Amino acid sequence: MRTATLVSLVAVLVLAVLGVSLSMPWLKTPVLMAISHGLAVTGIIVLIRAGQVSFGHAMYACVSGYAVAFLGRAFHLDTLWLVVLGTMVSIAAAALIGVFMVRYRGIFFGMLNLAFSMVLFSVLGKFGGLTGGTDGLRFDRPAFAGFVMEREDFETALLGLGLVLAVGGGVLVMRYFGGVNGQCLAALKTNETRLEYLGISAKRVFWGGYVLSATLCGLGGTLFALTQGLVTPDMGYWVRSGELVFIAILGGSGHALGAFIGAFVFEFVKLYAASLLTGAWQLALGIVLIVMVFVAPKGLYGLLVRRCKPPEPKARAVRKNVVKEVVA
Amino acid sequence: MDASLIVLALMDGASYAALLFVVALGLTLIFGVMRILNIAHGSLYAWGGYFAATLGLAITRFGLPSWLALPALFLAAIVIGSLLASVLEFTLLRRILDKDPILQLLVTFAAFMVLEDLQRLIWGVQPVFVSEVVNQFGTLEVAGVTYTRYQLLVLPAVAIAALIGLRWFLGRTAIGRQVTAVTHSREVAIAMGVNAQRVTWLTIALGGVLGALGGALASPTTSFTPGIGADMLVLSFAVVATAGLGQIGGAAIAALMIGMARSFSVYLLPEIEVLVPYLIMVAVLLVRPEGLFSSVAARRI
Repeated sequence: MRTATLVSLVAVLVLAVLGVSLSMPWLKTPVLMAISHGLAVTGIIVLIRAGQVSFGHAMYACVSGYAVAFLGRAFHLDTLWLVVLGTMVSIAAAALIGVFMVRYRGIFFGMLNLAFSMVLFSVLGKFGGLTGGTDGLRFDRPAFAGFVMEREDFETALLGLGLVLAVGGGVLVMRYFGGVNGQCLAALKTNETRLEYLGISAKRVFWGGYVLSATLCGLGGTLFALTQGLVTPDMGYWVRSGELVFIAILGGSGHALGAFIGAFVFEFVKLYAASLLTGAWQLALGIVLIVMVFVAPKGLYGLLVRRCKPPEPKARAVRKNVVKEVVA
Repeated sequence: MDASLIVLALMDGASYAALLFVVALGLTLIFGVMRILNIAHGSLYAWGGYFAATLGLAITRFGLPSWLALPALFLAAIVIGSLLASVLEFTLLRRILDKDPILQLLVTFAAFMVLEDLQRLIWGVQPVFVSEVVNQFGTLEVAGVTYTRYQLLVLPAVAIAALIGLRWFLGRTAIGRQVTAVTHSREVAIAMGVNAQRVTWLTIALGGVLGALGGALASPTTSFTPGIGADMLVLSFAVVATAGLGQIGGAAIAALMIGMARSFSVYLLPEIEVLVPYLIMVAVLLVRPEGLFSSVAARRI
């Protein structure tokens, strides 16, 4: 997609979101949820660019959410401070865990993240005295940039902040993908050994990507916690991590915009379909995920882009035939 | 910690390790042939357990002879394991062999989500628990500690039989040698006239039966609740990763290590009991990123 088209598309989407949620206030909460999910999913997309998938990244949203709750309860800090400090906690955690994680690829990477998130989940549930156990922690609505607000105004302010963060996060990720580090990250997927031969440390590149992805997940987590005024261990449960990966595939993992398209579709389908599908929500997610993998592996964004420009010569199909000939 | 506690922890560890090993064996077998980590394996464990409990209840309800309880566990595992694994293989696994590794992982993850919800729809959310078999075998006294014969004798015997049986199958039978060949190199095996698709199906069914067998054998001593599949999947992955993917003998040692460490931590440091398997896995992977017993793979440039 050309830059001009993209910019106008993003502008139209942002205005549409603002217009809809200001005219229909009851939609503010789901819109905020979608934005916070979208931010976390941009983090997942960074990992997918490196050819990796994590089944435990909801733990960073959870860590940042709990940081917000603890800081909010103990020091009654301002919303903006909570967002910054909450995200910093995720950055610190990812910088540390990342040193260990960057040694692994593929299944090991995905499952080790899952293991860490399950440890966090059970620790949060077990030490009830400190963390409120499975009921979670509630905290008072903080001030926003110095102003104490009612719920209505606070949500509007959060919405503004969320949109700024979403556009900022999306631009950041796309700039990262275009830059040297992002290109190296993509090379991790295609051929890591060649990267090493160029004198570039694959581990260091991946560490950067890992911390960036955790930062975005943490940012999403702070927004999520502030919207709800409540954090629970459920934020870090493996099903939540699975949902993030699901949204990334649904929206399209090639572009940050895909993350937000996926998050909005996901949130609104959930809003209207969850009551119809009580108890079978995972079932529906699983089936849609399988269908997406087989029918549209590039996600909704991929379908959108295909509409906008003439189809390229099908390199994949040709390669597939060659493989078939070799096998046959 | 006195002597009787040590004995108790040792016996707990042995029976737990036996279960863990049977499940991990199925996981590592499927990985060897497909190069896909079957995340839905956790569901096979849960379904095996639930189905075995259902059969156990049916035996008491219809007044069938009670000696059927133990064969029923194996029957449950064979039926549900081969059925579910075949469905997975025909509908999904054989269609994703040429896809991106991420997408392969996601497809089995999606299958796991679907099976997890189906299981909840069929068996509900109440804990399921049928301990008829354990009572039948009675108890045994070792060094002053009373322990159930089922956990102390039956479970380890099944695990050892599975290990020896699989070794024999892979090394001595024609089909088993074909499985080994496909594991080693799919393309060359096809070139040599091995029907790779049939071999793959057979291996997946066998792996599925092992996963379900783990669940069925656990059902008399564990109460099954939703979410147990995910826990077991991560645990058996910890075993497989500690041993090195595709290492059968290594998985036995890793299962014993993790099982023992866990049962000792239950008595010594109950707070960190959940963390112990992960701590072992992380410790091993820090030193040997490919696992304890894996051989070095050639680098592809």
